[in-house]
Amino acid sequence: MSAAQAAAAAKPARTAADFKSDYKPIWCPGCGDYSVLSSFTKAFALCELEPEKVAVVSGIGCSSRIPAYTSCYGFHGVHGRSLAAATGLKLARPDLTVVVASGDGDGYSIGGNHFLHACRRNADLTYVVMDNHVYGMTKGQPSPTTEPDWDSKLSPGGTGLRSFNPLVIALAAGANFVARAFAGDPNGTAEILAEAIRTPGFSFVEIMSPCITFRPEQREWKSHVRPAPVKATDDPALAARRLMTDDGYNIGVLYKGDRAPYQPPMGKGPKTPVDLEKGFAI
Amino acid sequence: MSTKKPARKTAAKAVKRAKAAKPAKAVKAVKAASKPARKPAARPLQKAAARGPGIEAVRSVNELMAYAYALEIEASERYAEFAEVMETHNNLEVAELFRKLARIEHKHAEQILEEMHWTSPPKPPSTGYRWESPEGPETGDVTDLHYLMQPYHALQIALHNEKRAEKFFAGLVKKASAASVRKAAIEFTEEEAEHVRLVEEWLARTPKPAKDWAHDPDPPAYHD
Repeated sequence: MSAAQAAAAAKPARTAADFKSDYKPIWCPGCGDYSVLSSFTKAFALCELEPEKVAVVSGIGCSSRIPAYTSCYGFHGVHGRSLAAATGLKLARPDLTVVVASGDGDGYSIGGNHFLHACRRNADLTYVVMDNHVYGMTKGQPSPTTEPDWDSKLSPGGTGLRSFNPLVIALAAGANFVARAFAGDPNGTAEILAEAIRTPGFSFVEIMSPCITFRPEQREWKSHVRPAPVKATDDPALAARRLMTDDGYNIGVLYKGDRAPYQPPMGKGPKTPVDLEKGFAI
Repeated sequence: MSTKKPARKTAAKAVKRAKAAKPAKAVKAVKAASKPARKPAARPLQKAAARGPGIEAVRSVNELMAYAYALEIEASERYAEFAEVMETHNNLEVAELFRKLARIEHKHAEQILEEMHWTSPPKPPSTGYRWESPEGPETGDVTDLHYLMQPYHALQIALHNEKRAEKFFAGLVKKASAASVRKAAIEFTEEEAEHVRLVEEWLARTPKPAKDWAHDPDPPAYHD
């Protein structure tokens, strides 16, 4: 055993508390995102990661506050662009575990295009979308996953628009791991996140995270969710068929593929910032 | 191929009525409105002991005590989280009550360590049994919080959790295959029943909230 291995073996195992920062979350009481934060930290501990070897990248929205509440490296980026920043980070620092946090507005509307191409590219990222079917931070506008008949002052009579089906779209676009979780099951969600992190390639986890301020009826999700009655498949067509016909309440790992993660062509090796600047010289 | 998700569709009018109604009535109406349109195909997560064997798999007192420790610690951590949430939202009275509950549950966990002569927290038992609900039988539900809640509501949450814990151990008394486990489970059941009684007394001494306790003249959400 080398000295480094011996030192690692002597280190006490990390607990979820080691991944929490001193900042106290500012979400509405009752928000599902509290439990998702707890699942994040539990998952990092389950994966035996070190805080300094994890980067949590986010965009804008309630869910995107998460990086500040962890003791890992964090990047609170531009609306909808978390995947672009995270992809760059992962390719530049493949030694880091990069987890991306988003919401249904940030991830599927403003960042919808990045979502498609991140699935297609299959960089080794874990993409977690906390889906509450509403823009919470900006006071309750319908999001891409809002039901067409959701009536509110900001969308009288509902939008009449079909809901986005992110899991099926992720499959069609090439995501290597697709799962659905529920914030009210933080231990189960932590296990799903740990599996997503451990699976190479682009792992997509949609977490149903109730917003009881703007969608009080979502309190009842806990009575409806159930473990998926079937095991994860490695056949994307089968997974897509299942997802197109389920009622949105089956949770668990639904698809697990074996596509090799994206590696950029290395060319002549990494360039220094000075070399890069030469390309822009007039 | 249909992309309809009938179960997640809201009955918009009922939800609208519910929002305008008084809190208790509103919750009832919202519950009715958000029932799934078709019967779930599998057991809901709340009732599913889906990820492993049942509680009868607990075969030794050591294992039982490890589960009891996990139950108390999980409950304590959740109450501490609730306290932080209430502090953030400047509901200091309820925050203090949750802190108190967190301390009580933590003390119960410490008593288990002491009784078992364990110098450090036990490792999770190897039986693979998972709680029959998504979280521990004494762990509060995050979605039960409200920024205007009062001590009475916090104690209602505590009472519900104590009752769940009592039910958990009572279930174990019925199902345990080992006599020693059954005996210990009887003791835990009695202890939790005592906690239920204490919280009920506490609740009786606590002022009941006014009917319009959740009324906020400047609410965070738009209402029709």
